[in-house]
Amino acid sequence: MSLLELREVTGGYGPITVLHGLSIAVEEGEVGVVLGANGAGKTTTLRAICGMLGKVGGSVFFDDTDITKASTQSIAKAGIAHVPQGRGTFTDLTVEENLRIGAINRRDAGVAADIDQWYSVFPRLAERRKQMAGSMSGGEQQMLAIARALMSRPRLLLLDEPSLGLAPLITREVFEHLGAINRETGLAMLVVEQNATIALGIAHRGYVLETGSIVAAGDAQTLVADEGVRKAYLGF
Amino acid sequence: MILAFDFNLFFDQTMNGVASGVIFSSIALAIVLIYRTTGLLNFAQGEMALFSTFITYKLAVDVGLPIAVAVVASAVIGFVGGAVIERVLIRPVEGAHNPLNVVIVTLGLFLAINALAALIFIKPGQEALRMPELFPAGEVLGIQKETVGFAFVLVLECVLLFLLLQKTKLGLALRGVASNPESSKLVGINTGTMLMVGWGLAAAVGAVGGSLAAMQGSGFDTSLMQTVLVFGFAAAALGGFDSLIGAVVGGLIVGIANAWTVQYVDALEGIELVVPFALILLVLLIRPNGLFGRTIVERV
Repeated sequence: MSLLELREVTGGYGPITVLHGLSIAVEEGEVGVVLGANGAGKTTTLRAICGMLGKVGGSVFFDDTDITKASTQSIAKAGIAHVPQGRGTFTDLTVEENLRIGAINRRDAGVAADIDQWYSVFPRLAERRKQMAGSMSGGEQQMLAIARALMSRPRLLLLDEPSLGLAPLITREVFEHLGAINRETGLAMLVVEQNATIALGIAHRGYVLETGSIVAAGDAQTLVADEGVRKAYLGF
Repeated sequence: MILAFDFNLFFDQTMNGVASGVIFSSIALAIVLIYRTTGLLNFAQGEMALFSTFITYKLAVDVGLPIAVAVVASAVIGFVGGAVIERVLIRPVEGAHNPLNVVIVTLGLFLAINALAALIFIKPGQEALRMPELFPAGEVLGIQKETVGFAFVLVLECVLLFLLLQKTKLGLALRGVASNPESSKLVGINTGTMLMVGWGLAAAVGAVGGSLAAMQGSGFDTSLMQTVLVFGFAAAALGGFDSLIGAVVGGLIVGIANAWTVQYVDALEGIELVVPFALILLVLLIRPNGLFGRTIVERV
């Protein structure tokens, strides 16, 4: 069975239904990408996984456990880390505190070593460890958000539009880091993105989301190669 | 004509100001603790402290505990009470569309707790109660021992709060919830528990402040905390609502300004309250975030 599996998931906000029976799977060790325009339901999909939508129909399985009705906090503890849209920085905590809070539920002694490890991956964070996180640039905050999420040693990383508000060069850098992390650690990821080209570049599987439904799915290479899908949905 | 300046009188009045300032600081600390974790102003803070003060009195006088033990025990009971109030009375209305709902609940609590305290602790026709003194009478270096003791208690409270908030995982989680509730949930923090802890801490700090307030003057009744609450709010505003240090400094400034006004400004006799508030108005005009409030620096 897949690490993460969404089966016919429906949900939305109050009386408005955003997701109309969504089925997505992320395998162990793989990067899944959900592509879609503004308002397609990308953020809503991630919120449904994390128990942040009021009412979710269908079911969400993580590691063979039904987490459809679990609380956000217990889903995090189960091993799903989520970098929300806008990066979710703890703006008035320091950079180092942002990393420590990512590991708040860990009881092992390896937290300090992990912090040092992420400092070596992202040297900019090391330079600014005592600085308030809110004073950093968008790109630095995105790196911080990824490192914060990974501090929990998750089994699955969810990323909500990591490219949002970043310059193309920085976006490329962020995705290079994500690809490297996946290759080196085998960490599974589910990325929702508008930027199809760059996201499919690190993905194993891709899904195209349109107004709350999956309209195309397949492994990343096939999706990029399919001219019909490319023209209609990916815009290149 | 030059009036001879009586330095001793000035010094005594300043120290009186410090003694009451310590109490304002305690209540301001409690207000800031809740404001920082929940973004709410708890109008019932003073009356919660009043209720705890009666508990201190009962433990010391009726149960016969040493007064220091009674104050600590009352703070612990206050912690539990504050946490329960958050869970049972505040949480259910918090999710509502209008944040004013919670404010109304705290105003209701203000009246309810005051009435409840009168019902439970005051017998009809009873005189004001006398709280046993925590600190002996007399002076050290020309300062009332009580004032020195009060200041010591305040410093102790600040050190304990600092260690808790800055040096422990619980403190990091509390500050995380204050900074970004949604991200806190996403990293696996139980935000509800943190809100309860925030209210509990505030109630415990308030319990100490109320107990000290009752030791000042000749006796106390259910009106003990009403002006203290107003001064506490003033102190919190002066310091900047999100700063614990600001609450402490604000409380001391308000206390001293008030004592000086009472002594030196005869024209304001009976309306001495005006001066601390004029001061606050001035500070807020120049620094809208208060003396220690952070101007939020945030890049997107």
